[in-house]
Amino acid sequence: MNFTLKIWRQKDAKSKGGFETYKVSNISPDTSFLEMLDILNNDLVHEGKEPVAFDHDCREGICGMCSLHINGHAHGPSQAVTTCQMYMRKFKDGSTITIEPWRSAAFPVIKDLVVNRGAYDEILQAGGYVSVRTNSVPDGNAIPIPKADADESMDAAACVGCGACAATCKNGSAMLFVAARVSSLAKLPQGRVEGARRAKAMVAKMDELGFGNCTNTGACQAQCPKQISIAHIARLNREFLAAKFQD
Amino acid sequence: MALKLDSKTPAGELSQKWSNHKAAIKVVSPANKRKLDIIIVGTGLGGASAAASLGELGYNVKVFCIQDSPRRAHSIAAQGGINAAKNYQNDNDSVYRLFYDTIKGGDYRAREANVYRLAEVSNLIIDQCVAQGVPFAREYGGLLANRSFGGAQVSRTFYARGQTGQQLLLGAYAALNKEIAAGSVKSYPRQEMLDIVVEDGEAKGIIARNLVTGEIERHGAHAVVIATGGYGNVFFLSTNAMGSNGSAAFQCYRKGAGFANPCFTQIHPTCIPIHGTQQSKLTLMSESLRNDGRIWVPKKLEDVEAIRKGTKMPSDIAEEDRDYYLERRYPAFGNLVPRDVASRAAKERCDAGFGVNETGLAVFLDFKTAIERLGKETIKQRYGNLFDMYEEITDVNPYEQPMQIFPAVHYTMGGIWVDYNLMTTIPGLYAIGEANFSDHGANRLGASALMQGLADGYFVLPYTIGDYLSKKIQAPKVSTDTPAFAEAEKAVKEKIEKLLSINGKQSVDDIHKRLGNIMWNNVGMARTKESLETAIAEIQALRKEFWSDVKVVGTADSFNVELEKAIRLVDYLELGELMARDALNREESCGGHFRSEHQTEDGEALRHDDKFAYAAVWEYKGMDVEPEMTKEVLDYEFIHRAQRNYKD
Repeated sequence: MNFTLKIWRQKDAKSKGGFETYKVSNISPDTSFLEMLDILNNDLVHEGKEPVAFDHDCREGICGMCSLHINGHAHGPSQAVTTCQMYMRKFKDGSTITIEPWRSAAFPVIKDLVVNRGAYDEILQAGGYVSVRTNSVPDGNAIPIPKADADESMDAAACVGCGACAATCKNGSAMLFVAARVSSLAKLPQGRVEGARRAKAMVAKMDELGFGNCTNTGACQAQCPKQISIAHIARLNREFLAAKFQD
Repeated sequence: MALKLDSKTPAGELSQKWSNHKAAIKVVSPANKRKLDIIIVGTGLGGASAAASLGELGYNVKVFCIQDSPRRAHSIAAQGGINAAKNYQNDNDSVYRLFYDTIKGGDYRAREANVYRLAEVSNLIIDQCVAQGVPFAREYGGLLANRSFGGAQVSRTFYARGQTGQQLLLGAYAALNKEIAAGSVKSYPRQEMLDIVVEDGEAKGIIARNLVTGEIERHGAHAVVIATGGYGNVFFLSTNAMGSNGSAAFQCYRKGAGFANPCFTQIHPTCIPIHGTQQSKLTLMSESLRNDGRIWVPKKLEDVEAIRKGTKMPSDIAEEDRDYYLERRYPAFGNLVPRDVASRAAKERCDAGFGVNETGLAVFLDFKTAIERLGKETIKQRYGNLFDMYEEITDVNPYEQPMQIFPAVHYTMGGIWVDYNLMTTIPGLYAIGEANFSDHGANRLGASALMQGLADGYFVLPYTIGDYLSKKIQAPKVSTDTPAFAEAEKAVKEKIEKLLSINGKQSVDDIHKRLGNIMWNNVGMARTKESLETAIAEIQALRKEFWSDVKVVGTADSFNVELEKAIRLVDYLELGELMARDALNREESCGGHFRSEHQTEDGEALRHDDKFAYAAVWEYKGMDVEPEMTKEVLDYEFIHRAQRNYKD
């Protein structure tokens, strides 16, 4: 297969970026999207040019490191996969593919397709945990948890923190990301103890970092590689309002 | 000068050793902890849990990772589960049985006392993770569920769908975030350790490169903990993350830390086969699939041919024409034999010509029987995400046709030598998790890597590091304005300059792929004296080529991925040789290390306990100089070593 690639190149955070066009040829349909970029990069190195910088690590769809807007879609046109789990057979032979970094004010570009997602760490540091000390805990089976609750908690916990939700949202909102963590812990008795404090602290931090508001368009859910449901946003809102009433 | 190896294994009954040791070692008072600095490199299960626990205790912790967030470390990709001796299933599990299975699984090449301690603290890990809000799988009664893993006849594996590593890491990362918020831990993402600084014979800090700006920074501390995982990417293709590397561990080795059993590599039996020469990464299919999946190849070569040509589908092969070779060879454990045994059995069938894809390097993992027995829905609930992933990658629906799998490099049991306190041969330098060598012997059982990472980080290191730091309470802040730091920084900068100035013809990946081929062909699943000597000669030649012909584009003072890869390849090119040397020295087969000259009549690994019941610990002598080996004899006080038997 052959492709024309329009890729965003940007030297560093301070420089102005722009698109450049490249060609790749003889790509097997079984090649992954990122392997296709590896092939391009190896060619660029041989030509003495700087390869395209992009984030990636596990290439199994779980670390959340890879990103990329591909033809206008976060993680590409396929549903429910990260960029690293997309294969070239999903693209039309001979087509042009446009590749951009996340576009979100809260995720500034570091270089080419690499962005800084430190804001997500900061939100979790504001309260995305249960305050237990190492070794100061009861037996694992001391608190039975209904299977349905544990399963729902797990659904939310599948979030990989890739940033696709905020990068996709027209308001640049991180609500789905925040909701995933708040909701996962809210479904478990261990997490309930600090539920009110957590919801308020994480929402406050999200606002402080310049993420936008949620207007329920559902774009985040559609682009989420882990199919996190916006039902979790409803639970976050409930948690947040309940916490505010307690004040 | 040979290394001095004192394992510091406590005296006494096996079950009392850890308690006795904890009672005997020193502690540091809260007021003094505030004065002590600890550097932790790596934020996987080991690093994150250690950083969180040490921060909680009151130490000042700095934690480094190469990714953009601590949450990305490769522990996150572990799928199947974590072992613990809870005996919640009432199937007669116990601390002793977990200990015994682990040491037997490791083919009797691990240290008894360490393995027992691992089994002993395993139960605390589950309690800890549950309290953190890790959403483990549960039964309808609300209590924790278990499943089985290779090398065990009990169900002791706790899991969170196919994402156990992710959930455990998010738990440890959350604990870490709590401490970052409290100010006791400072996080340094996108920073790579490029050297360890040793002064007056003690670890005093690290030299790190800021991967965004290229700046070289000095960081001092009273103790340094290496938690950077394994070095499987020396093979280029592995199931490790692209960024996983052996460089931090190798710098420790260069600076005098002993490196133990480097040849012990785990080749995981259930990975998606290689599809071509352009591949960058191999994908694991969880071992948990062997709970319900049956592994087979056709009995008849003509069926193999027909499947390769596409004239027959695997589902067309009649039951009596299928060779379920693991069930045939190992009736007692069947498809759940340990990984090394399953991998070698797959190789044996493929070598005999029964490989089921075009390359001849694949076998089937089939869910037909399980779907008939349990229904598609149940299988979907258990393994749905893995089946989806498989279909996404291969374009084959595993509910209808069996998966194709083949062994691939997955984990390294070898690593930095540590004593019972997890301290290396350099005082003040610790190694935890996959980065050390201590608990898995010559083969790691499934669901035990997560267990070890968290055991070391939550429950072992926080105690044992206090024993060393209690001697440092009068020590001032470590100054980085010393000749040792200056020298280390200079050496790092010179290496970078050299790499950027060669301007040869081959890219870093070109050379890394060649190294990977040498390793896979000669230091892979079956090794011989001849293949290992070939490997050593070829790696030495390739190393020379690298230093004269590599092309590294970009600059030192910018975000430069090619430079990062080149720096890591420098170490792989020496590490590969060290692995081959160790494999050459070990004239026996054990666990993942299979020397073709040493096998039983039916092709099983043949150990030579009279000659090789030791850990081989290597000391660096220079890039092109033979390293020196010192033995840590593994005394088995409590366990009788036997030929591993998974047949009856």
